[in-house]
Order: sequence, then C-alpha cells, then structure tokens
Amino acid sequence: MRILFSIKTLLILVIFFTGSTSVIAVEITQGLMLSNTCAACHGTDGKSPGAIPSINGKSVRFLSQALKEFRAGTRPSTVMGRHAKGYSDKEINMIAEYFSRQK
Amino acid sequence: MNTIDRRRFIKLVGGSSALLAMLGPLAAFSKSSKTTGRVIVVGGGFGGSTCAKYLKRFDPNLDVTLIDSVSRFVTCPFSNAVLSGFREMNDISHGYGMQTKRGVKVIQAMVQEVDTTSKKIKLNTGKQLSYDRLVLAPGIDFKWEDVDGLTVADSQVMPHAWKGGSQTTLLRNQLKAMSDGGVVIVAPPDNPFRCPPGPYERVSLIAHYLKQHKPKSKILILDAKAKFSKQPLFTQAWELLYPGMIEWVSGSKGGRIDRVDVATHTLYTEVGDKHKGDVVNFIPPQKAGVIVHRAGLTNNSDWCPVDQRTFESKVHAGIHIIGDASIAGKMPKSGFAANSQGKVCAAAIVSSIHGIVMPEPSYVNTCYSLAAPDYGISVAAVYRYSKDKGIYKVKGSGGVSPKDADQAFRAAEARYAVGWYDSITSDAFG
Repeated sequence: MRILFSIKTLLILVIFFTGSTSVIAVEITQGLMLSNTCAACHGTDGKSPGAIPSINGKSVRFLSQALKEFRAGTRPSTVMGRHAKGYSDKEINMIAEYFSRQK
Repeated sequence: MNTIDRRRFIKLVGGSSALLAMLGPLAAFSKSSKTTGRVIVVGGGFGGSTCAKYLKRFDPNLDVTLIDSVSRFVTCPFSNAVLSGFREMNDISHGYGMQTKRGVKVIQAMVQEVDTTSKKIKLNTGKQLSYDRLVLAPGIDFKWEDVDGLTVADSQVMPHAWKGGSQTTLLRNQLKAMSDGGVVIVAPPDNPFRCPPGPYERVSLIAHYLKQHKPKSKILILDAKAKFSKQPLFTQAWELLYPGMIEWVSGSKGGRIDRVDVATHTLYTEVGDKHKGDVVNFIPPQKAGVIVHRAGLTNNSDWCPVDQRTFESKVHAGIHIIGDASIAGKMPKSGFAANSQGKVCAAAIVSSIHGIVMPEPSYVNTCYSLAAPDYGISVAAVYRYSKDKGIYKVKGSGGVSPKDADQAFRAAEARYAVGWYDSITSDAFG
C-alpha cells in the first residue's frame, strides 16, 4: 500500500514536471534582456574570468550608483561612461537588481 | 542540465529540499523524453555558440544542436596579435566541450542543404536532421568574382586572413619570411565587411612586429574606402608609435583595387597605378556565408534581411539569421555584435516556443583595437529596436576613446581589450 502510494506520487510528479511545456529555467525579464549584453565584457552572469571587474553579487545600491556616476562623468572610466549613457534610471536599476541576484 | 541551471529550475517551481532530491533524476528524465522543441544552430562562432548556450540556459528542455565544420573555432579577434607574434594560435582557438557538457549536441559537419518546407537540413555526412527552429550563423564569404583576376585559390598566395585558422598562420609565416626593408600591402574592402576597425588594428600590430624585427620595412594600405573606423585615433597612434612606416591611400585617391596579378604580387588600382608587395594581404569584398545564399535567405545586397527584434528571416519563417550574415540595422559586423544578437535571438525563440511575449531587446557593441600590446582604443554603442527604425543607436550613448587621452588611459584600454577577450570567449564558448 505504501509502495503503491509512492508510485502514485511519483507519477503525479512526473506528469507535473514533464507534461508542461511552459517551464523555463530562467524567466526572461526586461532586466535580463538588458543585463545579458554586459556579459560580453563582464562575463556570463557578471562573473569575469579576466581583467574586467566582476559585477555579480554586488549590492543594488553600489551597482546603480556606479552606473549613474559613470553616466554623469563623475566616476572616471575608459568605456563605462559611454555605455552608461545608453540607459535610463529605471533601466540602470533593473540591471543593478539583476546582477545583485547573481551569486 | 548543469547544477546552476537545475538550482534555478527548482527555485522557479518552488521546490522544497525533499523535492530537490527527487527532481535531479526527474529533470534528467524529462530532458530526454520530452523536449519543448528542436533548435538547430549552424555555425559555432561568436553568434552561433552564444545562441546555443543561452537557448539551453533559458530552457534546459530544448533539444539544441550546434553544427560547425571545425572542432575548434579560431577567433578573428586577437588573430592580429598572432600575426604580431605575441599570441599563439592555440590562444585564439576554442572547442565546444562546455556546450556538450550543458547538453547541447555538437556535430562536426557541413550543412549542404536547407529544406525550408519540410524543415530539414542535410549534412555532408549524408545525415538529415529535422528542426522546429533553425538558427544560421555562417559569418562571411568572399566576393572573389568582384575583382578581376582573383579566385579562391589565390588566397594561398595572397592570404586574406579574414577568417581565423590556416589563413592566419599563412600570413604570419609570410611576415616572418619577409626580409627587412620589404613592403607589406594591406588592402581592406569596401563597406559592409566583418570588423570595421580590424584592418587598421592589423596594420598597427604588423607594424609593431616590423618595428622590432624588420624596422626598414613599410606598410602600404590600399583602401577601398574614403574613411575608416576610429581613423583619427589610429592615425594618431601610428604617428606616435610607428613614424614613417605606414602609408594609407584613400579609396577616393587611388586606393581602390580593381585587378590583381597574383603571380607577381601586384595590385592594380582603378586610377591605373600598380603596387607590388613582398607580402600582400588582400581582403576581398564580402557577402553572407554560403549556406544562407543556398537557402535563398539573402536579398540583392547579398546579406540576410531579418526582423531585427527576433532575427527571424523575412524570407522564411522559423529560420533566424544572426551575426555577420544578417542585416542588423546600425550594428556593425563584429564578434561582439554577434554575441549580443545570439542572446536576443535565443530569448526570442524561447519566448515564441513558450507563447510568452519577449521584453524589448537591448543590444551592445564594443570593439577594442590594439595599436600596440600596451596601447588600446575602443568604440562602443548601446542599441535598441523600433518598428520604424529597426536597430538604432541610443542617442548620446557610445562613441570612441578620447583623442587627448594619456598613455595610462591607452594602457588601461589595452588591458581591458585582453579582459574583454577572456570574457567574451568564456561567454560564447565557456
């Protein structure tokens, strides 16, 4: 009886997890669409293997402030000032939130 | 499915730790027995390899196949450093081991035919594969026929080295064999072509090599164009680093080649001048890669018109073209652009398969060029899409490195050029 029950549970689980075609591993959000472009320089999910700083797991406050300062030209940069000018405050916050969640 | 994806997957469905223990084998089971769709990606360069990776990241249940004719992709970025002698071919070659690891099926073959009606492709191995969605990222091919006297075989004598691989090695060997006092001719094509600043970085890094080993040599640039990417920055660097070594002839002043004599290494310009080089790097005019022509996906420009929001072909539904082969609005033909497009295309395909609306895409390009190993310059831009304009540059964003920057700034950009290469190759191939 107990074995039967667990087989039933297993079946339900199998149906639940394989029957649906709408399960996506990563929810495709506006923040993700914006942030994925950063990976070419900062690495996948903001984890850089080389000379360019990693930006994953930093606080929302730090990332958004840095981007806004790059944009204003008050924070020195080589290329980030030119990039940051392409984003609104709202977009900067979405990018900051996205990378803050990448551990 | 790797562990990170699995963790996210579980997080999304709200699994408890007990569920977590069960879900591992179940997820593996679901992957093999029930796929959400079959996507074939043809071309394992920056665009195709990135797209395959992100398709699998977005939806691990997708059946993703990546096809390329080589087992290791040799990048054009940093191939000029190989020509200069401070990188090896192995440094710029990338395999597909990580793709296999994440569950992408990697096939080494050539695609010979695309049957858009039955949604099948035929490989040179005789194998046929069916797809629900097809992504074509074939890069460029050359218009040999546009230059009088030129055939594909001539690239064995006058290498273009505009695809990474044996052509890079050939040009490197020719430069090494040349005696001091020789003339190197670099002949860049007209727009549009792959990597707009590439020929001028090449000139810089060949000059860097010659300055050390063959200082009496000269470089002559016979350009089809009247101006080129980052021109004031390159010109400034050449005057500073390689005074008297480099001469650029504009396309409007006799730089344009209309005939070549391969046997004598001679280029004839349309104004009637002739130039003989000891090493000739003739980069022919370009068009989209062979397969998209064969599949009938190009227009009269020889490139592929696409919906620039999803990169779906305007000729055949269900086929996406990314990277150099596509017409992508204001974006240049670069590895960076292809990487950016690969992710947008992956998001578009996964969204479409799952019946959800894709958020507005955003695209970026940054092209670093080295004028010397410790002297970098860049051009960057952020792009968006609108129905009227297609892909357009966000006003106020981007631009080139400042002209009045000091040596520390140039050195920092050179370090970031290397950092960029490490990051983008890990994003595309890692």
